[in-house]
Amino acid sequence: MNLQAIGKPLARVDGRAKVTGAAHYAAEFNQPNQAYAVIVSSSVGLGRIASIDTAAVARLPGVLAVVSHLNAPRLAYNPHKSGIDPPVGERLHVLQDDLVRFYGQPVAIVVADTLDRAECAAAALRVTYEARKPVVDPRDKQAQPMAPAAYGPVEADNVRGDPDAALAAAAVSVDVSTDIGRQNHHPMEPHATIATWNGEQLTLWSKSQYVANEQAEIAAVFGIPQQNVRVICPFIGGAFGTSLRTWPHVTLAAIASRQVGRPVKLVLTRRQMSYTTGHRPRTLQRMVIGATRDGRLTSIIHEGMGETSRYENFVESLTAGTDFMYSCPNVRTRYRLVPLDIGTPTYMRGPGESSGMYALETAMDELAYKLGMDPIELRRRNEPTIDEGLNVPFSSRSLMQCYAAGAERFGWAKRTPEPKSMRDGRLLIGMGTATATYPALQFPSSARARLLADGSAEIEVAASDMGPGTYTSMTQVAAEILGLPVGRVRFSLGNSDFPPAPPHGGSQTMAAVGSAIRAACLAVQNMLVERAIANPRSPMHNAGLDALEWVEGHLRRRGGISAEQSYAEIIAAGGGAPVEATVSVERDPEIAAKYSMHAFGAVFVEISVDPDVGLARVRRALGVYGAGRIVNPRLARSQCVGGMIGGIGMALMEHTSLDARDGRPVNAHMAEYLLPVNLDIPQLDVHFVDEVDPHVNPLGVKGLGEISLVGMAPAISNAVFHATGRRIHELPIRIEHLLKL
Amino acid sequence: MIPFSLQKSTDVGEAIAAATAGGRYIAGGTTLVDLMRDEVERPGRLVDINALPLKRLQTVGDTLVIGALVTMSDCAAHADVQRLQPVISESLVEGASPQLRNLATIGGNLLQRVRCPYFRMLDAACNKRDPNSGCSAIDGFNGGHAILGTSSSCIAVHPSDLAVALIALDATMRVRGPNGERSFPVEELFRLPGTTPHIEHTLQPGELIIDVRVPSGRYARRARYLKVRDRSSYEFAVVSAAAALDIENGTIREARIACGGVGTMPWRMRASEKALAGRPADRATFEQAARLALAGAQARSGNAFKMDLLPATIVRALELARDVS
Ligand SMILES: Cc1cc2nc3c(=O)[nH]c(=O)nc-3n(C[C@H](O)[C@H](O)[C@H](O)COP(=O)(O)OP(=O)(O)OC[C@H]3O[C@@H](n4cnc5c(N)ncnc54)[C@H](O)[C@@H]3O)c2cc1C
Ligand code: SF4
Repeated sequence: MNLQAIGKPLARVDGRAKVTGAAHYAAEFNQPNQAYAVIVSSSVGLGRIASIDTAAVARLPGVLAVVSHLNAPRLAYNPHKSGIDPPVGERLHVLQDDLVRFYGQPVAIVVADTLDRAECAAAALRVTYEARKPVVDPRDKQAQPMAPAAYGPVEADNVRGDPDAALAAAAVSVDVSTDIGRQNHHPMEPHATIATWNGEQLTLWSKSQYVANEQAEIAAVFGIPQQNVRVICPFIGGAFGTSLRTWPHVTLAAIASRQVGRPVKLVLTRRQMSYTTGHRPRTLQRMVIGATRDGRLTSIIHEGMGETSRYENFVESLTAGTDFMYSCPNVRTRYRLVPLDIGTPTYMRGPGESSGMYALETAMDELAYKLGMDPIELRRRNEPTIDEGLNVPFSSRSLMQCYAAGAERFGWAKRTPEPKSMRDGRLLIGMGTATATYPALQFPSSARARLLADGSAEIEVAASDMGPGTYTSMTQVAAEILGLPVGRVRFSLGNSDFPPAPPHGGSQTMAAVGSAIRAACLAVQNMLVERAIANPRSPMHNAGLDALEWVEGHLRRRGGISAEQSYAEIIAAGGGAPVEATVSVERDPEIAAKYSMHAFGAVFVEISVDPDVGLARVRRALGVYGAGRIVNPRLARSQCVGGMIGGIGMALMEHTSLDARDGRPVNAHMAEYLLPVNLDIPQLDVHFVDEVDPHVNPLGVKGLGEISLVGMAPAISNAVFHATGRRIHELPIRIEHLLKL
Repeated sequence: MIPFSLQKSTDVGEAIAAATAGGRYIAGGTTLVDLMRDEVERPGRLVDINALPLKRLQTVGDTLVIGALVTMSDCAAHADVQRLQPVISESLVEGASPQLRNLATIGGNLLQRVRCPYFRMLDAACNKRDPNSGCSAIDGFNGGHAILGTSSSCIAVHPSDLAVALIALDATMRVRGPNGERSFPVEELFRLPGTTPHIEHTLQPGELIIDVRVPSGRYARRARYLKVRDRSSYEFAVVSAAAALDIENGTIREARIACGGVGTMPWRMRASEKALAGRPADRATFEQAARLALAGAQARSGNAFKMDLLPATIVRALELARDVS
């Protein structure tokens, strides 16, 4: 490809709309005559609803309806699962029975003519319960781990060689147990849905990373045809995975709207954002590594356990990275779930890998110390030539290039390996490094390309843009293929009327949607080629397909001597009607089976620790990634910086605490659920190594959203050890862990 | 939110009358409105005092007189405050966020309510919110709670940073109520929870804070506020300390220390101050003195680390104060 648009640091095409407020988010699609629904959440963690005094509240000013299990419509809840729903179990059915499965479960909705009145009435609703004590801690004696019944592409248990024997024979070994706290996504924009029924047609303006699935899910819940549901979501104010699934509040908004016969807006409160919209599950892991004296891994045993709800088995790729990350003949990974009385967890940025790699990369660092070896050298000695888990080559793997470029840029050579050996004044300084990885996913996607009479293009996909810059990068792909200036391409997303896209998660939007757009643009060009060839008045009449080429939106004979025809001219010759093509694209299954496809990266962090008061602060961080072709370096950098900040949060701040007595999230509040502020993220540097991957997809892209979070937490915790000599195996690392150094 | 009426007042006497009749003052609203949204506070009538003439910040001799309606931002940025009592500036800037500080007032700051998470959740037992309902924190999450001045009824920390600095500096406050005006040390505004944690301060019904007065002293120049917390800004103190030192020839003549994040009210550390007087301003002295701050401290399941962090914070704050150039 001789690239004109791809690879350019184009500013966000939607940037102006965002900063001027012209971009509308779900809750801003206010409808005439709109009413407001407020959810009443369970105040106990397990049990039954004993009574609900709806009558008292129904009389309050402005109240239009109070809906609970006592009067809610019986919903169809037809079977429906998409790739982002847990493979085993059944989703929460709202207001269908009197059972309380976890704290914060919706038990009623109050609908009123204004938000204030709905809130006031919701607070006045008296609900009594027969409560039991829930089990919300995976370490609780009553918590029972179990093997997940189904685990998608990777098995729950994986063994190669004889890891136990190899461990017993290992000259050096480490044995690490970790505990990563539950995190909630807490994007800026809360979950929000405006629902309105027009006869049997339901329209939802709803925050979603997956409008196609929201359409299908709500249709299944209500037992209506999919085409009766429309979902619209052009902009997302951050999501990090919490808007992949369709959660109960969407159903509640639709119930409310049907009940009162008006459009209804429902926005979750910040507190409710910790109840029924998923979270990164708490994980308990054990990582044992055996090695030879010269640092060759001989055994890895990775046992990981994640919490899930009682009604669904949420699984993530917690142990997946361990199977292929390093060369090692004897590996066992084991994944277990602990069902608890909590809402079902869900994918959160870097799902699985960010938790699993924390355990692996912490253990690798500890091993490096035991061996007296530089941690990068340890990784170099164990760099595999193929994916030893699957026994296939990598489509591309630039990990060593990442480490080399990163060490250079970061100044790793200045690090003195001895713990507590580096200081700046009275502060202890630590440098840590870790590997990051994330699979280069690509699920099937479709796209529509339409060329208009004026020669400009419209592209439509039911994709999403939660911040990475989908609008911009996809515009670049289409402009590139069509040979048009980016200003002549209009890209639309977030509408279930558009051709379906896969979930906007798993770092696959660039690969999946980008490939579909590329194919749709090529298809529409081919339609024009055929027209030109068939048209006796065209200079391309009767030309052979191979004799023609597109140059900057103009068709001409190869060699460039003949006259050219623009899109507008070919369309005009056909009567002027727009020409469009809709195509679906998936990764070639043969190639998918032949290669192991992942992005890799190396993360470097420098922290300071105040030895008196236990404050660990990141001073600078560098992420170096090999992620295939970078479509827009400006967006890619921003994407990675965001992920790295998420990693700082995971390492040092983020943690939803549950009260063991009733399962209540205690800090479901932005003042108490700590996320990094600007002062916590002083200097973040991102670098991409050149990586050409001819196998992943025709665009050669791998995705950056998840991998940029993955290596941060272990790099930070390794830096904490380097600074202080103290290993903390719990995240987040807080002041209380670093006192009395 | 529960419906309420709002009365804007332009006259101090009128405002006091309205509050005495059951109205509730509202200044910046950053504490009050927040809690009204959670329905923890349910005032039926608000008396908006923002138009009252209490926005002046002046200097009488070396004493700062800070009107109750001066915003946190304005107070922190004021040249006289920075010159005479830099520790007040520092305590303010370390608090909340710029947006909040632009709205929040000095009077409101002193009367802000606790950050105990259970206090803010209507479905949790809380003696402070609902007297005699119980305290969810004592056997629950209490990592952020107090180790000093607690009772079996309540262990919530008083969250104000400003109050810590003011108490270290022996500031006084002037209030006016239906029975006239009175002045008293800021420290006497606060009450220990005892068996009545719902009564947080010593103001009488209708009493309006007029201003806060901060006398100067030789210690004022060497004064620092150290706020220790897990994120670098926009978080309440895990532990904080205001420290002021009057040092002559390496010997401490007078020391002032007050701490936040550890007490059910901002906590003056008098035993530590006494132990410093007449001693060299070195780390060993600071460490000895800081240990005295733990007298009577009682840790719970989650906050035992404050037994280490409190003395460490005091030592660092003293070092920072000593090293002011
Ligand atoms: C997210 C968040 C973070 C924060 N972080 C910090 C922090 O780190 N450090 C810190 O110190 N503070 C912090 N605060 C608290 C903030 O400083 C206080 O909310 C603010 O100072 C209160 O001032 P206000 O004018 O808004 O008070 P209001 O909310 O208007 O009033 C508070 C109370 O004081 C009463 N009142 C107000 N003025 C008077 C008066 N003149 N006389 C008598 N009574 C009066 C009111 O009736 C009310 O009871 C934070 C607040 C929030 C919301
Ligand atoms: S510590 Fe005080 S504020 Fe917190 S729950 Fe107990 S009584 Fe309420």
